[in-house]
Amino acid sequence: MKHWLKPSSPSGLMLIVVLMFGFGFALVPLYDVFCEVTGLNGKTNGAYQGDMNVQAANSDRIITVQFVANRNDNLPWEFSPQQEEIKLAVGAHKKTYFSVNNSYDRAVVAQAIPSVSPPQAADYLNKIECFCFQQQPLEAGEAKQFPLVFFIDPALPEDISKLTLSYTLFDISERDASGGD
Amino acid sequence: MSAHAETLHHGPAKGFSRWILTTNHKDIGTLYLVFSLIMLFIGGTMAFVIRAELFQPGLQLVMPEFFNQMTTMHGLIMIFGAVMPAFVGLANWQVPLMIGAPDMALPRLNNFSFWILPFAFTMLLSTLFMPGGAPNFGWTFYAPLSTTYAPPSVTFFVFAVHMMGISSILGAINVIVTIFNMRAPGMKMMDLPLFVWTWLITAFLLIAVMPVLAAVVTMVLMDVHFGTSFFSAAGGGDPVLFQHVFWFFAHPEVYIMVLPAFGVISEIIPTFARKPLFGYRAMVLATASIAFLSFIVWAHHMFTVGMPLAGELFFMYTTMLIAVPTGVKVFNWISTMFKGSMTFETPMLFAIAFIVLFTIGGLSGLMLAIAPADFQYHDTYFVVAHFHYVLVPGSVFGIIAGVYYWLPKWTGKMYDEKLGQWHFWLSFIGVNLTFFPMHFVGLAGMPRRIPDYALQFADFNMLTSLGAFLFGTTQLLFVYILVKTVRSGKPAEQLPWEGARGLEWSVPTPAPYHTFTTPPELDKE
Repeated sequence: MKHWLKPSSPSGLMLIVVLMFGFGFALVPLYDVFCEVTGLNGKTNGAYQGDMNVQAANSDRIITVQFVANRNDNLPWEFSPQQEEIKLAVGAHKKTYFSVNNSYDRAVVAQAIPSVSPPQAADYLNKIECFCFQQQPLEAGEAKQFPLVFFIDPALPEDISKLTLSYTLFDISERDASGGD
Repeated sequence: MSAHAETLHHGPAKGFSRWILTTNHKDIGTLYLVFSLIMLFIGGTMAFVIRAELFQPGLQLVMPEFFNQMTTMHGLIMIFGAVMPAFVGLANWQVPLMIGAPDMALPRLNNFSFWILPFAFTMLLSTLFMPGGAPNFGWTFYAPLSTTYAPPSVTFFVFAVHMMGISSILGAINVIVTIFNMRAPGMKMMDLPLFVWTWLITAFLLIAVMPVLAAVVTMVLMDVHFGTSFFSAAGGGDPVLFQHVFWFFAHPEVYIMVLPAFGVISEIIPTFARKPLFGYRAMVLATASIAFLSFIVWAHHMFTVGMPLAGELFFMYTTMLIAVPTGVKVFNWISTMFKGSMTFETPMLFAIAFIVLFTIGGLSGLMLAIAPADFQYHDTYFVVAHFHYVLVPGSVFGIIAGVYYWLPKWTGKMYDEKLGQWHFWLSFIGVNLTFFPMHFVGLAGMPRRIPDYALQFADFNMLTSLGAFLFGTTQLLFVYILVKTVRSGKPAEQLPWEGARGLEWSVPTPAPYHTFTTPPELDKE
């Protein structure tokens, strides 16, 4: 080992310090990778890109999907699922809506963050279209129906018969300085 | 006198600039120790405010906002201002003396590491007078409390933590380089006194985790000011990530605060038992194992965030594993005392109290490590009781024991043994009266960090507050003993403790300004 790299020299020790500072930041992507690999944290994937066999829709395995809508910081908005619970066969496509009403007297940009419980099910809930994929601009007083198209992968573990999809709506107007274009 | 002779025999510089410009390890050690004593009283005053408010149920003295600032600042000041600098002070004094080195390896850096601290803490304390008040999010500064809901002073908090971190890292680098490169000729690693070993391992922990603390406070700063979303779910971040990164730092941090105390105790017990330390190698290995395990247990602080079962089990078992090397240490200390010719001077009393009370803190830690049970204990006073048992009669008693033990060598004067015994017994009663009832109210469900509580907790809280007032005022006696020793203590003998072994006792009493300018000869035993 080069003399200045030794952990008994000040320069070698400073190198450890710099690397550990970097490691602190590296924990951020590592955390996401870890959650993705292990399927923890209930984060859902992006838009579904694969080509699932539609025949699977004939399956008689019925799954109950519950929808939950939350508003961050108890924002004065109305946000609710049109149907609180859906029963569907695995593999079948389903479209549902979430209603949102901006009761602020100004335009806002909203972002919905999904979460699935139990977290092991997150990888099997595939979304073809979701309002959570984009930032959603809302004029003052504007009401909207947010669409969601999804299906359940038939490979969903046998012991899961009910899952909950929760959305939390955040006001990101300040964060998004461009003002919702 | 010729210039040559002057450079050989010069003592400390005259006047106040001695303390600002000094590069002498003994001066800097003294600076660290005095600084941490001042911080102990500032942090203690805040504890006093907390306990006065909790003396009775209801809101009496302070508003909840100020109460939150007090709990936050009390934690930050005691950890970063009192305990950590005190151990660096002990290391500065003792490491060169114990390994036969003339000074620390990097003396100017040493001066710099100390003098960062007064500025860091002035900045931290100044937040108390800022609009919006001091940091109020707890010393753990969980996001979003420290980001979205933080007072404006959070920026000053972040920079103060950066400065403390730089100070600790530089101090740790100095210790490591000194121990690796400046040992007396012929002193092998396995000849090192245990205090030096524990400090070496602690210094590596500091090097590894203080940068992670710097990273996490930097992320907080960026979330607050630069529009990033590390910890904000709205922007794709995750507040739970904060807890992971924070505890990745903060769990090794708790061992940083106790391993040097293990070292001090391992020096004191053999001296007063007049027997060599039992199981030296096992002690070194146990310390290293504790340090290693401390990196893989962090999530036991966050059992209730909604971890999967596999995670809870992993962190539960690794946490319980730490009890094994810790048990080895306790066993070895007791075995050292077994059949020894023991005497009970003040340092020994504090050391024995350390073993007994630290073990109580360790056992409540094991209770907290049981993941399913932790859901009941989480964020209650049981946790407060646990970590105060390992930090006050643990780390703080370790520091006090070390100060009493080495004070005769440092000052050349003997402290008043009778007053020392008073100091010990009042502290011992005070500390148990303060923290033992917290177990009961915690198990009964009293939440921490709340300025008010339900009526059924009133009696135990009054006892706790009385104990805290006793313990706090007793430390004024400690200051009196220290001042009295320096001013009018009886001259100490060359070897003040009959059973003491080690290079630090071979230098004259008081230790001259420069020691081991020529390396000592090691006598092989």
